[in-house]
Amino acid sequence: MAEKTSSAEQYEFRDYCRRWLEENRPPPTETPLPQAAYEVTYADHRRYLCDWQAKCYEAQLIATDVAKEYGGHGHSNFQAIASAEVRRARVPYFINWIGLGMTAPTLLVHGTEEQKRRFLPPIFTAEEIWCQGFSEPGAGSDLVSLSTAAVKDGDNWVVNGSKVWTSLGALASWMLLLARTDRHDKYNGITYFLAPMDQPGVTVRPIHKMTGEAGFNEVFLENVIIPDHYRVDAVGAGWKVAMSTLTSERGAAAGVGAVASSESPLTAVLKVIELARRTRRNGVAVWDDPVWRERIVKLYERTEAAMQNGRRARIEALNGGAMRLPLQGKLVGSEIGQELGAVALGILGLRSSLYVGDEHAEEDGHWALAYMNSYTGTISGGSSEIQRNILGERVLGLPKTK
Amino acid sequence: MAQPRDFGFDEETGMLKDGARRLFEQRQPLVQLRARLAGTEDPYRGSERPGWHDAATWQEMVGLGWHQLAVPEEAGGVGLGLVAAAAIQEEIGRAACPTPLTGTLQATFVLIEAKALGHLAKVAEGTAMALAVTGEDGSLGADSTDVVADGSRLSGTSWFVQDAGKADGFVVAARAADGIGLYYVARDAVEVKPDRIVDLTRDQGRVVLDGCEAETVAAPGDGAAVLERALPALLTLVAADIAGAAEWQLQTTADYAKTRVQFDRPIGFFQAVKHPIVDMMIAADETRSLVYNAACAWDHDRDDAVRCARLAKASASDTAAFCANRSTQLHGGIGFTWEADVQIYHKRQMHSQFLFGDGAWNRQRLAELL
Repeated sequence: MAEKTSSAEQYEFRDYCRRWLEENRPPPTETPLPQAAYEVTYADHRRYLCDWQAKCYEAQLIATDVAKEYGGHGHSNFQAIASAEVRRARVPYFINWIGLGMTAPTLLVHGTEEQKRRFLPPIFTAEEIWCQGFSEPGAGSDLVSLSTAAVKDGDNWVVNGSKVWTSLGALASWMLLLARTDRHDKYNGITYFLAPMDQPGVTVRPIHKMTGEAGFNEVFLENVIIPDHYRVDAVGAGWKVAMSTLTSERGAAAGVGAVASSESPLTAVLKVIELARRTRRNGVAVWDDPVWRERIVKLYERTEAAMQNGRRARIEALNGGAMRLPLQGKLVGSEIGQELGAVALGILGLRSSLYVGDEHAEEDGHWALAYMNSYTGTISGGSSEIQRNILGERVLGLPKTK
Repeated sequence: MAQPRDFGFDEETGMLKDGARRLFEQRQPLVQLRARLAGTEDPYRGSERPGWHDAATWQEMVGLGWHQLAVPEEAGGVGLGLVAAAAIQEEIGRAACPTPLTGTLQATFVLIEAKALGHLAKVAEGTAMALAVTGEDGSLGADSTDVVADGSRLSGTSWFVQDAGKADGFVVAARAADGIGLYYVARDAVEVKPDRIVDLTRDQGRVVLDGCEAETVAAPGDGAAVLERALPALLTLVAADIAGAAEWQLQTTADYAKTRVQFDRPIGFFQAVKHPIVDMMIAADETRSLVYNAACAWDHDRDDAVRCARLAKASASDTAAFCANRSTQLHGGIGFTWEADVQIYHKRQMHSQFLFGDGAWNRQRLAELL
């Protein structure tokens, strides 16, 4: 890492990011991009998004603070600025969000020197797309009960089992894999691997979601070979490493690039307010109906509160402990998002039935899609119920459920 | 002007807030209050329950200069802003402390907006004040006042005066020929009739004015605008009180869930108990963040102060109701008793919920700004 950067340089960098994003905004795609990066399936979308991410990497918006020997740009305290500008510019998302959001932060902490040099650069350029192999048919919320087995065979591991809900599984060349290496030790019997997807024995089958999109997959692993030097950290340390990956996923770590979709929660609420203003039912704008307005403004209030929570989290004297507010972020954000989707459908009333492809649908079915996709937020990455366990136990010290 | 990222919460404010918490931990206002409440429990046959606060604690606060915290330096005060005042109020709420400081801080911000330096100097000298601006129907806004001004003489009744029994004087809204004005009357010049209220930590009363002589704070026609300008500070102070009390409710309920054993386990093991406690934390944290944002907006970005204060009180009102509800329910039978302190906070929160408008009211006003 370079030495601490002065704020004048930070301002200059922010202006540069803003200008670059303004001048290099890509043209829209033929078929609209899915609402979030985990739903990408079409080959033309993949090419478009990989090109876009590579270009943003070249422009130093990705891996901004990562050391040069790992493919980064070697700055310090610039990543947060770049990420904020990317979100603000409302440009297409980065397709390799798992690589950027989970693989890279995990390797930076737990990876060997060789792993960092080998894997980080193609993550940043989107030359190698990553997926996550944690959940299994029999291990969802109770992740630690996973049973996909890895058995040592000389310098290799042989893996058998299956993974599910694997976003980007059909496009990925690598998987973050949790596999059981000791059946008799639940927590210390899991090992963390970097698994190559492009080999016999790996079968990927798409799963269609309730939206009809095929954003995630089942992955079957049959005698899959992983060289031992693709193991992360010690044999049996997988659970510990996975927890640090999940912390990155829940947004508590700084990360190496903006992985969120480009629309801020506040923008989403303001769009719903606009929708209520222009939607008339029974001769009255929905916004002028006090019952609907109460529901909408409550969401506006909670969205502003979530933003102010983010601000307060960084102030030690006011945050009530380092993890108290960051651990609430995913839970609260996903539940507000879901309620917002439901309210938008309510504003549209019968017109909410018109879906993608119907010429009369509001914003080509955006709100129905957004509402249905909101369950991704409340279920994946630890469901809202699991988040409440974590908050109750780690922050408030309540007895552990398990 | 933009807000500083740190909510304007500097080291001095931090020391002030810590000092307030320590003072209340030493003084134990609820222990003292309980001694006073003995015999007053029965709403039909119990003895009268006069408003009470610990005079020694108030004197200590005055000694520390908290009463004149927000009074401008030109009127002899410390000249701190709403960030500091709200920090103290949050600790008052956490301790559920009966104190004239609550009303005095509110009056101070009204007097500042009226540029009433003479009356601010009275505050700096240690005069405890309360706002008397509400009419019989409890409507918000100065135009609800039932008091009439005839020159410098005030007649009529001011309703729902908070901590009326603790004040040395009142800032009164009254209707004159040229519109609403604000006036100051000393406690000795009026009759204070205490209300019987649910909240044990406050007193509330009617201030009856019988043609008494008053000093003008804001001329007839200016009073409503002064109150309107001060409103963001008033909303933020009440919201800060709620945030402090909600944190107490959260921590106390979590502690109870760790110690109370049923079905061979501390009840906090069960998700039907654990999850609603987490929801209390989420509500309390949303409110707290919005309170700090509102206080900082008042001090550093006044154009945005109304929006931020409406957000804070809207959130706080809902949090007050929710945390009160969950704290009693999750304490089970004991939480429903007079013995348990959760009932004291529950009633304080019920009261605070409606001060300067509940959640729905403040969201309707907020909608007009969007």
